[in-house]
Amino acid sequence: MSNDPASAPEPWELMQENIEMISGGVPWGRRMAFRFTRIEKGHAWGLQPWKERLVGDPDTGVIHGGVLTAFLDNLSGTAAGSALSKPRFVATLDLRIDYMRPAEKGRDIIGEAECYHTTRNICFTRAWAYHESRDKVIATAAGAFAINKPRPADSMGKIG
Amino acid sequence: MKDENTKLSRADEVRAFIARTPLAQEMGLRCEVMGDEMTMVMPYQDKLIGNFMIKAIHGGAIGAFLELTSQAQVFLVTEHLARPPRPINLTIDYLRQGHAKDLYARAEITKMGRRMCSVRAEAWQDEREKPVTTLMAHFMVAGD
Repeated sequence: MSNDPASAPEPWELMQENIEMISGGVPWGRRMAFRFTRIEKGHAWGLQPWKERLVGDPDTGVIHGGVLTAFLDNLSGTAAGSALSKPRFVATLDLRIDYMRPAEKGRDIIGEAECYHTTRNICFTRAWAYHESRDKVIATAAGAFAINKPRPADSMGKIG
Repeated sequence: MKDENTKLSRADEVRAFIARTPLAQEMGLRCEVMGDEMTMVMPYQDKLIGNFMIKAIHGGAIGAFLELTSQAQVFLVTEHLARPPRPINLTIDYLRQGHAKDLYARAEITKMGRRMCSVRAEAWQDEREKPVTTLMAHFMVAGD
């Protein structure tokens, strides 16, 4: 890795390059079978497949709201990390979820998150979950993430 | 178990809700119902990890845990509801890291209305006074 800041890739570029590893490196994310599909600076997209084990209402087969919370939390955190110009971990400070309509049984859920503002210490995010388009949203999220202090150089590359 | 019959049956319904909800089972949840109070337990399991390097439980798993706890608590005290209530919205505050240990949670109804209900919940590990995560939520409680 070069120490020259001009030639160093931005965090979001590394994240997009390692998108498979970011998706697979988190045990709870893996249990939920959730994955990232695309990462750009300050933006993240993902897919949450329908799974029997994630159902919250056995009578309707609808996925539990808690799965959407984890999904939108993950996406928002990634959008926050991808907005920064240096690699930093971010930690969820708070997250608000509004449930607009139930997800449909057996259908994958698409999610997208954007980081619309950053300060020295905090990233502010919003996120959407839907089946087809943002016109018919299942849930929205607003989050704030604390930017952690730089990590020791020898810990880099050990994400998750 | 000497409780009044109606309370006991509602407690059983709450236990049954946890037992037959796939996500609750996936998370290994157990609930202990005492009259109109309830404590939910999420035993530590490796699959709940969100960050390997610091061995922290995934925030989303803790959020789901608190949401299920609140839902079960509202269900416990709303005899007129045939099914567990649906959430309208919720806010989660992540206060401390969730370590690789069991988590406990309790929820309290702040206000029970005719259609909506406001709930607060807390999850903790070693000390009740040091919550790991708190949640505020609204649920629909209008009868079906």
